Amino acid sequence: MAKQVKQLDRVVIRFAGDSGDGMQLTGDRFTQESAVFGNDLMTLPNFPAEIRAPQGTIPGVSSFQVHFADHDILTAGDAPDVLVAMNPAALKANLGDLPKGATIIVDTADFTTRNLAKAGYETNPLEALGDANDQLGSFQVFPVDLTGMTVAAVKDYGLSRKDASRAKNMFALGLLSWMYGRPTDSTIGFLEKRFAKVPDIRDANVTAFKTGWNFGETTEAFAVQYEVKPAPASAGTYRNISGNLALAYGLVAAGVRSGLPVFLGSYPITPASDILHELSKHKSFGVTTFQAEDEIAGVGSAIGASYGGALGVTTTSGPGIALKGEAIGLAVMTELPLLVVNVQRGGPSTGLPTKTEQADLLQAMFGRNGEAPVPIVAPQTPGDCFNAAVEAARIAVTYRTPVMLLSDGYLANGSEPWQIPHVDDLPKIDPAFASIADLAEGESFQPYARDEATLARPWAIPGTAGLEHRIGGLEKGDGHGNISYDPANHEKMTRLRAAKIERIADSLPPLEVDDPSGNAKVLVIGWGSTYGPIGAGVRSVRKAGFNVAQVHLRHLNPFPKDLGDILKSYDKVLVPEMNLGQLSMLLRAKYLVDAVGFNVVRGLPIKSAELAEAIGALVSEAEGVTVDLSNTTDLTGEEL
Amino acid sequence: MTTVDLENPAFRSGIELVPTLSEGDQTQTGKDFTSDQEVRWCPGCGDYAVLKAVQGFLPELGLKRENIVFVSGIGCSSRFPYYLDTYGMHSIHGRAPSIATGLATAREDLSVWVVTGDGDALSIGGNHLIHALRRNVNMTILLFNNRIYGLTKGQYSPTSEAGKVTKSTPVGSIDHPFNPVSVALGAEASFVARTVDSDRKHLSSVLAAAAAHRGTALVEIYQNCPIFNDGAFDAVKGPDTKADAIIPLVHGEPIVFGAERQKGLIRDSVTGGVKVALVAEVGLENVLVHDAHNPDPTTAFAISRLTDAGVLHQSPIGIFRQVQRPTYDDQARDQIATAQNAVTGSPEERLTALLNTGDTWTVA
Repeated sequence: MAKQVKQLDRVVIRFAGDSGDGMQLTGDRFTQESAVFGNDLMTLPNFPAEIRAPQGTIPGVSSFQVHFADHDILTAGDAPDVLVAMNPAALKANLGDLPKGATIIVDTADFTTRNLAKAGYETNPLEALGDANDQLGSFQVFPVDLTGMTVAAVKDYGLSRKDASRAKNMFALGLLSWMYGRPTDSTIGFLEKRFAKVPDIRDANVTAFKTGWNFGETTEAFAVQYEVKPAPASAGTYRNISGNLALAYGLVAAGVRSGLPVFLGSYPITPASDILHELSKHKSFGVTTFQAEDEIAGVGSAIGASYGGALGVTTTSGPGIALKGEAIGLAVMTELPLLVVNVQRGGPSTGLPTKTEQADLLQAMFGRNGEAPVPIVAPQTPGDCFNAAVEAARIAVTYRTPVMLLSDGYLANGSEPWQIPHVDDLPKIDPAFASIADLAEGESFQPYARDEATLARPWAIPGTAGLEHRIGGLEKGDGHGNISYDPANHEKMTRLRAAKIERIADSLPPLEVDDPSGNAKVLVIGWGSTYGPIGAGVRSVRKAGFNVAQVHLRHLNPFPKDLGDILKSYDKVLVPEMNLGQLSMLLRAKYLVDAVGFNVVRGLPIKSAELAEAIGALVSEAEGVTVDLSNTTDLTGEEL
Repeated sequence: MTTVDLENPAFRSGIELVPTLSEGDQTQTGKDFTSDQEVRWCPGCGDYAVLKAVQGFLPELGLKRENIVFVSGIGCSSRFPYYLDTYGMHSIHGRAPSIATGLATAREDLSVWVVTGDGDALSIGGNHLIHALRRNVNMTILLFNNRIYGLTKGQYSPTSEAGKVTKSTPVGSIDHPFNPVSVALGAEASFVARTVDSDRKHLSSVLAAAAAHRGTALVEIYQNCPIFNDGAFDAVKGPDTKADAIIPLVHGEPIVFGAERQKGLIRDSVTGGVKVALVAEVGLENVLVHDAHNPDPTTAFAISRLTDAGVLHQSPIGIFRQVQRPTYDDQARDQIATAQNAVTGSPEERLTALLNTGDTWTVA
């Protein structure tokens, strides 16, 4: 049957099911297919902290949202156009996020009395379809027995019904792959490799995937196939990449470009553990991974390795930073290079381990005893985690200082197409170890002497003859580095440590101000993973004919030198953050600017449509005009 | 569940990979290991004796001075690195074993020493200590045990006897103390010894064995604090008492002690442990012969239990356990070497290949 093919410029699909239903894998495969096809895309995985939450319940629902388009997009989408729900709980948990008219493909197999009750349904919503009391009346619903058809399709492989039904996610993936014309080779290749050792499972999954595709093509239930054309992109080689993977690659790259062996001391914690897993695979690059007994030993071992001349790294999330604080202070005092990666999650305390937040900025800035300045670098997209890691390593090694790299759960697990950089284009990092040759005849080694340009001290590693010296957490005498309790010395050293961090600003490029008209009165400034939602919100406002400027910060400490002047050149400054106003507080304190916050702490990325409204309101205030954004954004938040 | 058979690295000396002095180099003396910093411990502190012993002992190793590193935590004894003219780091409370673990793993060519105290190693840093011991990272830990908190001016420590009256326990401590040797043996440390600050000869011999040991060597040093816990170890030091107080452990020799060597250790068939008996009553042939190389730590642990938990009147002194097992750092480096031997191409070429793994596509 020839089907109608409809062109779309962008689609947001959310796959939702039980934690054990393989929704993350399904979403990931769909993403890979879309990436290979050439769409621009962004993803948003969302899953519970429990590994196997009670089956069939709302807390056990795991979902994966992918936004793909024929043009450059910035977010994973505020709301899905299509929901694939594998059970009643997945339907119920996600229904509230759907705009009117959205498509729902639902597996009917699990709509039993028992599972309906577990999800909190008194009656089966699928039985009321088309009735007066249809709860799903405003959506386009496709009830399909995905499980039943999967079991029937794979019956020749001799699997139990339970094992056979586990391939239902591949059936769903096959159906959606047909619906959006995705290439299938990469998924079939993936399944063949993943289940190479269990041929019956492998064949069942491949068969389910193909059957799902064929079902779409032959059934009359789905009359339309959609086409989302590849997005134009600049020339180069691309791959899809998640933030944690990009960050791990960035650390390997920093090792290669500095010539230093990377030493990672880490304790497993969500959502940072994947960096430990990834780096443990790269021993051939001289990367040592040490799974420590606790967070403190993780950073302690990294400091020890740095002292020995390695690139010491520790990776964690907010609760781990709280534990590492004293040791980071030691690295400040001993002025040793150290990379501290914080993949932020919802807090305080254990908080929301699998959800995203940006509420550790002030912890990064101030979370140590004493005057203990630490540079802060933040990536803005999943792929950008690579560059941010290299930049953090550059600062750490050049300035002999711990550096905080603030990623977050959204960047860590989200993914996007990434233009693979050329290794030769990456910055070279010079460890510039001290040696006896640096000393003049008769001169004694001064471990706390200062480089004129950077104010960095020499990095003299054990094994270097003639430079034997002692360092530690007690206050150091200027130059000679011996213990000093002298009041004037402490004042001098405290100011020197602060001045050294300020010097980093000398090495930063000017900020990129995105103000196409040059007439904007409102500036939107953010940091980290809000880059996408802010960009999408700003686009909407511009599309409606209004002016707004955008700046996004990679360096949070020190701030770039031109930031103050930029802030002062706008009437209004809006600071969207996934916290209660931490960057706002820093900007207000440093620049006396009346920063207005837009603060959301829902454990999820900021919705760009809501942000666009806030930007519009501020533009209206600043310019004395009425800002109407209707018709400029669709329900998913991206501009039309 | 998957496990792999790990290749065991060749057994070697603890300092085998550390560069030694060449023939032309000047012979070292204790003075070469003395820094220009004024030593600031209280007069009469046991730490002076240990410092002198270590400065006197280090030249015996014949290592290049720049390849020796002392890492310490916080406490009186942790000032130690400042007084030695080697590389050194005075770190933070309890964390020295973790810092030393990173250093020793990153650098096979260093002789790494940790200086710590009873509070530093067993209270705030207890976790790092036991994990360093179980991993068997190549380093020597000198645990100065004075059974008191000195630097914070006289609170009880995790090795203080129950009932001890201190600033923080005016009506007596209700904490049950740790026995550092028992703790170390419980963590399956591969080298565990105990010595006394004032017995320079014994101390030096234990240091030599510890430095030669590949793996984590824990040396508990009984150290007198003349200010806050004076006389805590008088029993093992006094000319009249020490023969009865010290149970000397010498590998391969029967464990006998007392002024007339009239006492010995025998198996206790009731508890399964060991106990003190009169040699005349049980016969020398039934006295336990010390076997520090026994792979099973059970007997060593039983001997460690003969240490008084309260006021010290009796304590086994010497090397309790000295066994060979693979070290964490050797194995970590071997895994890296194996991986590196399996690849070709420059790091830049291999990085390019890594970045281009998986499904890629090219836009012209």
